[in-house]
Amino acid sequence: MRRFTSRSKRWVGLAVVLGAGLLLAACSAENNGQNSLKPKGPAAQKIDNLFTPIFFISVAVGVLVLGAVVVFAVRFRYRAGKNENPKQIHGSTPLEIGWTIVPALILAVIAVPTIITIFDLHKEPTGDVLNVTVVGKQWWWEFKYPKEKVVTADELVIPAGRTVRVNLQACDESLPNKCNVIHSFWVPELNGKTDVVPGRNNFTTIEADKPGTYLGQCAEYCGLSHANMRFRVIAKEPSEFDRWVGEQQQGPAVPLQVGTGADTKPAGPAQDLISTKFQCTNCHSLSDSKVSSYGPNLTHLASRTTFASGYYELTRDKLVEWVHNAPGLIPMQSKACREAGEPAAGKCVGMPSFSRDTPAGQPTMTEQEAGQIADYLLQLK
Amino acid sequence: MTTVSDTVRAPARRLRVLRRPRATTGFWSWFTTIDHKKIGIMYGTTALTFFVIGGVEALLLRLQLAGPNGTLLTAAQYNELFTMHGTTMIFLMGMPLAVAFGNYLIPLQIGARDVAFPRLNAFGYWGFLMGGLFIYSSFFIGGSAPNGGWFGYTPLTSTPLGRGFLPGHGADFWAVGIVMLGIASTTSAINFIVTVLQLRAPGMTFMRMPVFTWMMLVTAFLTLFAMPIVTAALIMVYFDRNMGTNFFQPAAGADPLLYQNLFWLFGHPEVYILILPGMGIVSEVLPVFSRKPLFGYPVVVFSGIAIGFIGWGVWAHHMFATGLGPVAISAFALSTMIIAVPTGVKIFNWLATVWRGAVRLKTAMLFALGFIAMFTLGGLSGVLHSVVPADTQQTDTYFVVAHFHYVLFGGLVFGLFSGFYYWFPKLYGRFLDERLGKFNFWTMLLGFNLTFFPMHFVGLLGMPRRTYRYDTGLGWDFLNQLETIGAFVIALSVLAFIVNVMVSRRHGQVSGDDPWDARTLEWTTPSPPPMYNFAEIPQVEARDDFWHHKYTEDETGHAVRLPSGAAVAVEERPAGGDGGGEHGGEEHGDGHGIHMPSPSYFPFVVALGLPILGYAAVFQAVWLVPIGALVLLFGMYAWGIEPQTEP
Repeated sequence: MRRFTSRSKRWVGLAVVLGAGLLLAACSAENNGQNSLKPKGPAAQKIDNLFTPIFFISVAVGVLVLGAVVVFAVRFRYRAGKNENPKQIHGSTPLEIGWTIVPALILAVIAVPTIITIFDLHKEPTGDVLNVTVVGKQWWWEFKYPKEKVVTADELVIPAGRTVRVNLQACDESLPNKCNVIHSFWVPELNGKTDVVPGRNNFTTIEADKPGTYLGQCAEYCGLSHANMRFRVIAKEPSEFDRWVGEQQQGPAVPLQVGTGADTKPAGPAQDLISTKFQCTNCHSLSDSKVSSYGPNLTHLASRTTFASGYYELTRDKLVEWVHNAPGLIPMQSKACREAGEPAAGKCVGMPSFSRDTPAGQPTMTEQEAGQIADYLLQLK
Repeated sequence: MTTVSDTVRAPARRLRVLRRPRATTGFWSWFTTIDHKKIGIMYGTTALTFFVIGGVEALLLRLQLAGPNGTLLTAAQYNELFTMHGTTMIFLMGMPLAVAFGNYLIPLQIGARDVAFPRLNAFGYWGFLMGGLFIYSSFFIGGSAPNGGWFGYTPLTSTPLGRGFLPGHGADFWAVGIVMLGIASTTSAINFIVTVLQLRAPGMTFMRMPVFTWMMLVTAFLTLFAMPIVTAALIMVYFDRNMGTNFFQPAAGADPLLYQNLFWLFGHPEVYILILPGMGIVSEVLPVFSRKPLFGYPVVVFSGIAIGFIGWGVWAHHMFATGLGPVAISAFALSTMIIAVPTGVKIFNWLATVWRGAVRLKTAMLFALGFIAMFTLGGLSGVLHSVVPADTQQTDTYFVVAHFHYVLFGGLVFGLFSGFYYWFPKLYGRFLDERLGKFNFWTMLLGFNLTFFPMHFVGLLGMPRRTYRYDTGLGWDFLNQLETIGAFVIALSVLAFIVNVMVSRRHGQVSGDDPWDARTLEWTTPSPPPMYNFAEIPQVEARDDFWHHKYTEDETGHAVRLPSGAAVAVEERPAGGDGGGEHGGEEHGDGHGIHMPSPSYFPFVVALGLPILGYAAVFQAVWLVPIGALVLLFGMYAWGIEPQTEP
């Protein structure tokens, strides 16, 4: 028994060291842009204000119970000839009533601010509100600004210090089955999650106190590439935001097509690859930033810092790789995508590879062609 | 002369297939046995095998996540493995292991010779085995193992194959397989309920029943009412996928949240189906190793029942982020807080049981104490989830993964291991080795906390669950690395346990019938108990009846050992001694004259029909339907008309 207690002390020591190490590790990662403990907007702040004191109440209760387990096990250990036949205590009504009522009271105290905050966070925002519609698609986010008539993807640009009402949709005419699966919209530093449920009109509000980049990620399992379904919220100074909107409302910096009516033709060799040879335009809009398309709207792709579900930085190398063989970067269910009639029939999800699994009658893309396409896309500021 | 030969020959005239097997030993006896103890061991062995399989899946998941952008597994493989890890640990490990304990122990604890429906009991086991094999066969046929998560949210899972959302037949295997497992667990629930209600020994009133049996009774009721709900939901999923219905298709105007409501209306009671048996086990172990009665037995029992009832009113706390609206959310936040009260009461009562006891820190006790500590942490993070705004930050992150592993691993699994070490001597007449046992406990405690404690932080730092990779620079690398190391420490611990079982079963220290100086009826039987359990059905006079045959209390309330002669005399008194039955003497001795039901082939045959019909459903193979139906119906009719016993 003595041996056990000295050993248990060592374990306690080890646990303390481990716990401290964990806290250090957790703190060193605090500015990762996706930290729910570092609120950067009013909604997340309200949640944190509620969470922190209740968290410490829980820690206190946990330490008490754990301490009791250890202390009782050591203090009341079996000693032959001394305590082997302890008093047979069958129960104590006052004690049991006590430890029913005390936790109930603690919980009642917790319940009040909880419910106040629930109603607070569900309020319809009022005043100078920016409306954005978010559409969850497999596996990327589309952002629509209905009043400004701008459609973009992967990066939600907002004005800092202004409330944004985010309308969450999983059904959209641009989707082959009209509706997608459930996703969950989550920017930890700005607000908790709200699910994007097809057929429902959920909304959430976000507001960033200061300009900056806040990371977000889909938080409801939505199939193969759920892990890659990231995005970022970029808060700009209001004047910067207005300028950004103005730019987004323009047509493409380098036109996709020239001529009108029957004389329409691709404006250059890269545009020819895009609209004719590889038919990127079946899924992507490249010349009109007002419309939704099956894949992300690329009219102003080069104005973004990330692409491919927000998983990769937008660099030429990655973009070439992506255009050439997207499923090599983000797993897709897209083998059938280049077959006739796709994606309208809905048998495929995501971006196909243009260098592998080419269906009969379709061209295979060379690396050089991918480079040409990428160079064109990178001009679309 | 003629009369005698007629009686002897009469059964031989029966169709050969309808004759009942008689062997109770040997290889084939395992297929025909209806002995609750043998079936309990079969449940246990099979469920532990699935525990190892699910554990290996977990190790693969952890290896993939050991560093950022892991490439060991593809996204598709990862999604299959986390789906199967959850499905395995819940349906193929947690539930059947609890049933294993229930099977072995309920009749022994209530003084019965078997369960109420021995053949149905065997069918429950075979149905479970077939269901498990059926789901696992999807790794080899059908294009994909289940890959929609163990919760299988619609419309991801319910959209027909070929429309792109989930590749392969995985979701069909999952839906049909769980329906199959539901049939098995429902039959075992009915069996337990009837056994407890009908077969208690004389004097075994409800308030004298061992807490483990009580918790299994509550669990059985929960199973009985919860499984039909998920069965209905999964049949709708199957119909949506294969028959063109639109139960959950939003494009057709359906609300996919209907599925979530149904699933969690099953799923939350399911959590209590998993944890209540663990609570029952530690409620047995703590008093024995503290040499004190359970503190506040009625309160512990009624808390368990209260949890069983309130457990039906908290399901939407799994859906706080789905947009139910503030009123519904507040109501479920309150009910979730309320269920913490009876749970807390149990924890305090367990602590009070240990308080001022004579604590023997055997491995069983260490696991029981570990249960209290770890389960408390899981309960506290559960309270944090009832704070809905905080939950919207934590749900679907690793914080939740940490939470429910503290409840189901720190709770259920620690409880089950406590039970293994406690009851193993009853099963085999030998102890599990204590040195290996201590190693088993401390490595498990260390590995468990190393794996799951950092998950709290990694979740708060924003890491969502069910993600096969994460990018660099998010500050999650080190914590994930720790978790992976922890997972392998757990694996080492489980390995030590397996070695311990293998070795101790044959070579362990001989334990005798009552090695722990225990309190309940199962310890009055020989170890291992004979097929008929009790030579005489005991007459029960008190809660912890066996203890009161060994000890009395002096005027200060301390336990005083009764003179051994007196104790023996009480133990060995004939059944008629107190109850007044005259035929007590007839059943005395080595069990001659006790009629136990004969073994039967047909529970196995009926269960064999289930996967055949399952494959027919998954692949829409109509030609398989008559074959499966034939096997099933043949088994059922033969079961119905076979004689009760073979003379």
